[in-house]
Amino acid sequence: MSTIEKPRTYAAPGTAESVVAVEDRYENFIGGEWVPPTSGAYRENVSPATGEPFTSVPEAAAADIELALDAAHAAKDAWGAASPGERAAVLDAMADAVEENLEMLAIAESWENGKPVRETLAADVPLVVDHLRYFAGAVRAEEGRISEIDGQTVAYHFNEPLGVVGQIIPFNFPLLMAAWKIAPALAAGNCTVVKPASPTPWSILKFCEVIADAVPPGVINVVNGPGAEIGRALASNKRIAKIAFTGETVTGRLIMQYAAQNIIPSTTELGGKSPNVFFEDVMAADDEFFDKAIEGFVLYAFNKGEVCTCPSRALIQESIYEEFMERALERVGAIVQGHPLDPATMMGPQVSRAQLEKIESYVQIGRDEGAEVLAGGDRPDGLPIEIEGGFYFEPTVLKGTNDMRVFQEEIFGPVVSVTTFRDEAEALAIANDTLYGLGAGVWTRDGSRAFRMGRGIKAGRVWTNCYHQYPAHAAFGGYKISGVGRENHRMMLDHYSQTKCLLVSYDKNPMGFF
Amino acid sequence: MPSVQATPAAVETIERLRRRHDSIVLHQSGGCCDGSDAMCLLAHELPPGPGDLELGEVAGVPFLIDAEQYERWGRPDFILDVAPGAPGGFSLEGSEGVRFVSRSPKENQ
Repeated sequence: MSTIEKPRTYAAPGTAESVVAVEDRYENFIGGEWVPPTSGAYRENVSPATGEPFTSVPEAAAADIELALDAAHAAKDAWGAASPGERAAVLDAMADAVEENLEMLAIAESWENGKPVRETLAADVPLVVDHLRYFAGAVRAEEGRISEIDGQTVAYHFNEPLGVVGQIIPFNFPLLMAAWKIAPALAAGNCTVVKPASPTPWSILKFCEVIADAVPPGVINVVNGPGAEIGRALASNKRIAKIAFTGETVTGRLIMQYAAQNIIPSTTELGGKSPNVFFEDVMAADDEFFDKAIEGFVLYAFNKGEVCTCPSRALIQESIYEEFMERALERVGAIVQGHPLDPATMMGPQVSRAQLEKIESYVQIGRDEGAEVLAGGDRPDGLPIEIEGGFYFEPTVLKGTNDMRVFQEEIFGPVVSVTTFRDEAEALAIANDTLYGLGAGVWTRDGSRAFRMGRGIKAGRVWTNCYHQYPAHAAFGGYKISGVGRENHRMMLDHYSQTKCLLVSYDKNPMGFF
Repeated sequence: MPSVQATPAAVETIERLRRRHDSIVLHQSGGCCDGSDAMCLLAHELPPGPGDLELGEVAGVPFLIDAEQYERWGRPDFILDVAPGAPGGFSLEGSEGVRFVSRSPKENQ
């Protein structure tokens, strides 16, 4: 006989029942040690689930970035000289350590960011493990190329590490985006100084606790503090050989400006306003595929919409609009919103009060410019008392036209703007009528149309009959103002490597010029 | 009416920042995590590019926006305000315990 029990909400980190220990305060992770900030300053770190502080983190200054760079430079020669096999073994050991602590890290990530624990358990943390293993494998399979210039002259091409790199992580996937950046940098033989996002400084410190014994000191260093102080000190530093950044456009430009001044490479990922296009044939049958397409529409609420590739513009063919939206809104209405540590929760709170207020303001801008609110649009009522102070916003559907501001600017919340199109040409025109070009979705049963649309949309990733999948070995990055570079694929190793060409002559004779 | 105005609290913050940093500039951002708000930077760090439009000045500080972004947003007016909390990106006002917020005039009515 079996009984079905509702899974219980995980205990809050730091309480006696939780598997996540929380110290009163944390330090910077520099040279494999926990190093207090030189400023002696700390700030409270808040859980968006409750709006209450639960620990303190360093409010570091530029001097702490210098300490981290000292540690990274001290480690870089040995790490850069380690064989690909040795580096891969370290990445694999990191992956194993994360996997052994998967539940603990998933709960920590959920508590700090507000994303539902069912996502962190099934996606964020398993993908961290997978990316580490992927780049461990990828670097072992790397090989330089040999060019035979003529019978006695050969160009040998070696991949060499850049040295020490700076990496700035966004708040929406604090662990996964860190892994996207750290894994290829380390695999290619670099040491890194990481600056986490200000709203999410802590889960990556739990990650550092977990991997500390697996990684040589100084290879990974993490410093927390204000962007204006330490982000600037890192990105503009003469001692980094590359800067990687995910964030908004002005800081992206600033990062590239610093890189230009120091003559170093940069990679940037700067957001999107991704179209999700549904052709009428998705409703040709009421089957699993149609169900999948409806789920594809609702994926705008994944990670409470705080995703650079959020499918935040839904384009529905007008011939199916009414019926499609009836089903889609039914599914939106079934979203379970609540405590992020409840395994039944599908959508948790926004990451911060600032983010919540920005989303509210955008929904108001949408209303003011004539968009119709088909679902949501407000903070939810009737939340349990223990999470009343959290930063919750209802999953929201707006209807309007692509020239509205809510179709043109990234809201970074659970808000989808819906419009219609007549035919394929109009769908493509609307899809491309944006400054951004990070992601897109195409849903159709017609393979030829899927191919044409996929090639026609100016975005780095076109999900075809799926959305929001981020496997390692599938390149991810932007067209247009969505940034420069491709993550998640072994081609990222090139972004973290120098090419050394040894041009060798086997000819005993002089050239004869002098 | 000017395209950009500032609340008294924003003016006060700008004046404090000017005293500390001398020459500063406001760049309206877009996209991703910390987008949609104005970033306060040192003027020499990110000089206006060919695509930047100066919408006006607030408390003597130029307020810039990417011209194409301005068009696509429907040439909105902005009211620069401050709210408690940490700013996004490398924006300078964090040491004041506030962050700049770009509000739409309708929102304030």
